[in-house]
Formats: sequence, C-alpha cells, structure tokens
Amino acid sequence: MTYVLFRHRDIPDIDQLDVYMKHGGFEAFNKVVTTMKPEEVVEEVFKSGLRGRGGAGFPTGLKWRFIDKNNWPHYVVANADESEPGTFKDREIMERNPFQFYEGVMICAYAVQANDAYNYMRGEFWELAHVLDGKLAELEQAGLLGDNLFGTDFSLRMYNHLGAGAYICGEETALLESLEGKLGQPRLRPPFPPSFGLYGKPTIVNNVETLTNVPMIIAKGADWYRTIGTERSTGPKIFSLCGNVEKPGNYELPLGTTFRELIFEHGGGIPGERKIKAIMPAGASSAIIVANDEALDTPMDYESVPNVGSMLGSASVIVIDASVSIDWLVKKTLHFFKHESCGKCTPCREGTYWMTHLIDRIEAGSEGYEQIGLLYDVARNIEGKCLCALGEFSIQAVVTGIDRFPDDWKAKAKNGVKREMDAVAV
Amino acid sequence: MNNLLEKYNDEVQTILNKYPDDQKRSAVMPLLYVAQREKMYVSQEDMAEVAEIIGVTPTEVASIIGFYSLYYDKPGAKFRIQVCTDLPCALRGADQLMEELCHKLKLDPHFGVTTEDDKVTVEAVMCLAACDKAPMFQLQSGDGIFYHENQTVESAMELVEELRHTP
Repeated sequence: MTYVLFRHRDIPDIDQLDVYMKHGGFEAFNKVVTTMKPEEVVEEVFKSGLRGRGGAGFPTGLKWRFIDKNNWPHYVVANADESEPGTFKDREIMERNPFQFYEGVMICAYAVQANDAYNYMRGEFWELAHVLDGKLAELEQAGLLGDNLFGTDFSLRMYNHLGAGAYICGEETALLESLEGKLGQPRLRPPFPPSFGLYGKPTIVNNVETLTNVPMIIAKGADWYRTIGTERSTGPKIFSLCGNVEKPGNYELPLGTTFRELIFEHGGGIPGERKIKAIMPAGASSAIIVANDEALDTPMDYESVPNVGSMLGSASVIVIDASVSIDWLVKKTLHFFKHESCGKCTPCREGTYWMTHLIDRIEAGSEGYEQIGLLYDVARNIEGKCLCALGEFSIQAVVTGIDRFPDDWKAKAKNGVKREMDAVAV
Repeated sequence: MNNLLEKYNDEVQTILNKYPDDQKRSAVMPLLYVAQREKMYVSQEDMAEVAEIIGVTPTEVASIIGFYSLYYDKPGAKFRIQVCTDLPCALRGADQLMEELCHKLKLDPHFGVTTEDDKVTVEAVMCLAACDKAPMFQLQSGDGIFYHENQTVESAMELVEELRHTP
C-alpha cells in the first residue's frame, strides 16, 4: 500500500526538508494560504470525515468550526503528550515524518487564523524535542514560518514545549493548564477549548496523528480521503500493536481493518503455541475484550468496536495471551492510574488509591472473595463522578476484567480464604 | 542577584520569548529543566530564582516540581535509570529485567534505589511510549533524557558500569 501518514516507510529521508519539499511538501500549506479562505479549509477537512485520533474520535472539522470568532487571538496546540500504555505512534510520526505533522499544524493555524502554535510534547521526548527545534528553525529559514507568508498578511510562529512526566496532560484542558505553567489538572467543561482555551483564548487542540492527516486531505481532496476506511470512520489509522504478539509495532491500515488481520496477518500472531485470550484495543484504559471469533472479526472503527464492548480510542492494541491472568493485568493498570491521577477529583484520587490496595491484597492471596466484590464496588462508584476521563479509564479493566474473566479471579481466590464466588457481584 | 539569569541569560531569554509577554509563567517548566541541569535537582535557591524570573511565588514553583515526575527537589544520584514496567512492557519481560538488574546491583526492586557510590538510581516508572521495543528504560541526567530500547540485563549492566565510571 501507499502510506498516507507513515510516508517515511516509502520515502526514508522524508524527515529532511528538501526531500519533503521534493515530494510535494508544503504545497498544501501554500495552496490554503494563497488560494483558499479559512472557512473553505475548515469545510474541506469537515467533508473528509476526519475524526480525532487521540482517542475521542470527535470530528476534526466540526471542532475547527467551533472556534470563537469574536474573541482573539486564537491558538493551535498539538497534543504530543502520548502517554497511554500501548500507544507509541505519534513518536514515530514526529521522528520520521515531522514536516507532514508540522504542515498539518500550519494548515490548521491558517484555517482558524491563529498566529501562534505550540507543540506540547511529553517530557520524556527530550531527545526528539531537540531534533524538532532544529526542524522549526529550518522552516523559519525557508520562509515557511514567520511574517507575511507567501506575500500574504498571514503570519505564523510555532514552538515546541516539553512537559515533565504526567499522563494527565494528554487530557486537553490539563494540557492547556500545564502549558500555562500550572499543575496539569483538567478544567471544568464547558466551556471547551475552541471558545476558552490557552490563556482563556479560543484554541484548537488536536492530536499529532490527526494533524498529520490534514496536508494529504488538502492536497488530494476530501473525496479521495473518504475512499479510505469506512463510511463513518474515514481515512487511515495507525494501530500501535504490542503485548503478546510476534511482531509488535505501528501499522498504518484503513479504519475498519479487523482485529484478526492486524494481529495475525500483520502482527504475525501469538508467540509460541499459546492462544489469544483478550484484547485491549485502546491501551490500558480500555474495556477488555474476550478474544473470541466474533471479536477477532470485528472491524476496528469507531462504530464497530463498541459492539464487542469496548472502544477504538487511540487504537493501541494490547494483545493478551492465555498465559496471562487478568487479575495481574488489572493490578498493572490500577497502579498506573493511581500514579497518574492528578488528585483534583476525590472519586478518582481516593478511588484509584483504594483500588490498588484492594488488588494488592487480592494478589497476595491473603484475603477472600469479598475483596473482589469490594474492588468491583469501589470501581462502580468512581464511574461518572470525575471531571475528566482518567477516573473512567481506571475502572475499565477492573469492571470488565471481573465481569468477563471470572475464572481468573476464582483461581486467585482459591489460594486464599475459602469463600463462595457467588458472593461476588459478577 | 539571580544566578540562573546571570549564568544562562541567552537561554532564559530564548525560553521566555516563546510565550506572550504577559504569560511568562508558561516558561516555568523549561526553566526548571535549566535549573536542574547541573545538580540533577532544584534547590530552594533555584526555585526562588525561577519564581523571580516569571513573577510567581517560590511556593508555586515548588508545586510544579512536586506535581511533575521529571523534577527533583532533593539531591540524589546523578544518573537515573527509569525502567518502564507498565502493562505492555511487563508482557515483554520488563519486570524480570527490573528484578534481575536490581539483584545484580544488590538493590531492592520495589523502590527507587541508588547504588552504593550514589551514582546511579534504578527505578520503575510509568509508560514511556516505547511498548514495541520493551524491555526499555530511559536514562535521565542533568544533560537530558535518553531512551535505551530492546534492552537486556547485560546491556543495562554495561551502561550502569559506564555511568559509575563517569566523573
């Protein structure tokens, strides 16, 4: 196939500005600035059906339409805080095809008439950030960033900004707080960033992968883009595949590709003679899917994955084989969310703390089944009570792990106090 | 006198220029990386200097250091080996790597612990977005953060020895 996002896999040196330019680089940006009205750019992206690739799947063009035109200045912020366990796609884009990503940011900035754009990267991308600072300098030298671009009155400056280790900053309002120099804690919404964003000004926050789609949509048109993927989930998607799989890595495939094709054709299947047991399609925050034939034949798009009880999210597919006990997996995810809870909302802060205590007791085998019931109960009481999705994410593996894999918990409790599994709310 | 400003004036100005004139607070995180560069922690004096540059209180700067995991407010090892042991890495042997590495260094794998010579800390950290290249860790020092992917206990030990002999 011809890559749309991972074009470095076809053109290895595309991270060099001259090579990117030789392959049509910044022609789309030139085209929008010199020949299109901002609203026309927004409508083209809307028509393409592009949806946010960070996890929420919100229509990108619709988000851009929401920008408040009665309040200025506007900002564009790229969300490069990639921190979900299982997700490693934005890093490859920025490392290998950085100019296409930047061109996407620049087209977005023109579409919403922002003169300043920030790329908020997680602090651990320190090496990459230094490479990207060099790329921005090249863009300035080439006259692609700065004042009066292409002889028009449109000006644009762009900056990289490094975070410092906080998963929560991938949540867009927490990211904006962090960029303002504050604790990365989510804001109450509404208002949403397109009306009240960075420094209280209208702001578009988009994921790196989302923005990387944009230059190709402008260059080849929304109609071409809609030929990839499904009717409602258009375009290509990068699937980060990891866990118990032969060939982990990033795979760019059309939305609507089945789990089976990704895991067994592209990913080479499960190592050894072991059987596939479960799938987490959206990283550590996913509801766990039982990997039966129905699930494996489910197309990975925003509409279909909920049919098997989960979400596509950022498409970070973690494959779990039969050697893994789900209670151990839940322990891993809980310790993550407990560490990453920002502490703002009590149900999440206290709930993740107590859930880790409970799972540790269960894992130690020193307690009975009632602890499993209590864990389930605490999880259910976090649901729907937090400002952002982190609280919600933290309970997905717990609830679905107990509901869908009861045998794993029975086996665990066998080693502990003898109780009846019936006592558990499963 | 503001040592940070005196010593790194050009760098500080470059950082400040990224943000609007009335929003200098945005510079707190990049400035803390500068403040942490030499000693691998941010002292009370550094906090006061960063606070002065961006016009906030030292307490507000301290709260940033406390919230974000890549800043330190106490002296510690010069080098930190931060092993990702989250779910995807654990499925590819990260817990074993962590345990064996700590065993070889006579450290307890359940805590962030430091070698006898105070040079190197080995600690488990949260997801580093390199799940397909696990086991992996990052090396954090005042000079920055560097990824080491597809690691073995042997390759990690080699690095530790090298770091212990780094002046």
